[in-house]
Amino acid sequence: MAHIKLQNEELPGIVGLLDYRPETAKPLLDLAETLLRGPSSLTSGEREIIAASVSYWNQCHFCHTSHAAAAVAHLKSGINLIDDIKAGLPDTPVSTKLRALLHIAHQVQGNGKNVTEDDVAAARAEGATDNEIHDTVLIAAAFCMYNRYVDGLGTWAPGPNEAYVEMGERMAHVGYVRY
Amino acid sequence: MPHINLPHEFPGIRSLFMYRPETAAPLNSLVQTLLHNPHPSLSAGERELIATYVSGLNTCKYCTSIHGAIAQHQLGNNAAIVKQVLADPESAPISNKLKALLKIAASVQAGGKNVTIADVEFAREQGATDIDIHDTVLIAAAFCMYNRYVDGLATWQPDNDELYDKMGEQRAREGYLTAPFKINRTEELQNL
Repeated sequence: MAHIKLQNEELPGIVGLLDYRPETAKPLLDLAETLLRGPSSLTSGEREIIAASVSYWNQCHFCHTSHAAAAVAHLKSGINLIDDIKAGLPDTPVSTKLRALLHIAHQVQGNGKNVTEDDVAAARAEGATDNEIHDTVLIAAAFCMYNRYVDGLGTWAPGPNEAYVEMGERMAHVGYVRY
Repeated sequence: MPHINLPHEFPGIRSLFMYRPETAAPLNSLVQTLLHNPHPSLSAGERELIATYVSGLNTCKYCTSIHGAIAQHQLGNNAAIVKQVLADPESAPISNKLKALLKIAASVQAGGKNVTIADVEFAREQGATDIDIHDTVLIAAAFCMYNRYVDGLATWQPDNDELYDKMGEQRAREGYLTAPFKINRTEELQNL
């Protein structure tokens, strides 16, 4: 049970919190929509992989599994991607640029100051632009927020990967503003 | 030097807001709602102290300095209280409720799962409501984002208390949604 009394305790993860406080829900959803589905030279599938990876590193089961399921929906990759993200994507064909950006995201997850000039240069060498580096840092930082929000208030989350497939489809194709 | 090409007349997160207005809008709206808009049971000064404290734990110089300055102006120009909260909330002259909420904020900073039922029960015994607990967790979580954003792109973080005081006075009065003033970097460097 969550640490506070939610209006609807059946809603899992962040969904129950968004329902509880609409004033903060709006900017939180607008941010996710812009970062993950707005115009970008990174595909939504790539951006959801960054979000899901950071959530896994933060041990947030709800955010990892739901955003990995959104990546599955965007990339039509099959559900194995959810567990492959946990393992560092050994079985998923992703670009060397995305791998360099994931390294930056991992540094941000530890602390912003962990990002080095070498990390940024390595991403540029794989073709990453300023906008892509910016958005990677902000996606990673934003999930350090969403993950803490979801876990810090003790929300409940469905267990198995299969329980997230439909949610991932909605996140990918309906989006975050009309969830 | 920042990791990407940012407008150089604005420090910290303001340079990032200028760089990418599409993400600035929800980020600014979130901080306005959490820290400045009316709240049923936490003052703006108390909420700014939570933001300052978490930024200190994340060692983000810009966010600690600017939110410390805003807190100071929200709390009747009391600089001592900000320093005391940063050094040791337990001995700071703040309410027992705020001390208990700062403890929850510190747990969130280390990882959301660190918040225990006992932490929450204790805060309730000191008078914290559900909305106080919700907003404390979200403020702490949000500053784990803002701090990483500001540091992760290596933004310019001036070493100038007067400048933070001036920016803090503006934000305490106007909130977050008005335009920031430009800083003349040449003059700024000469003043150091």
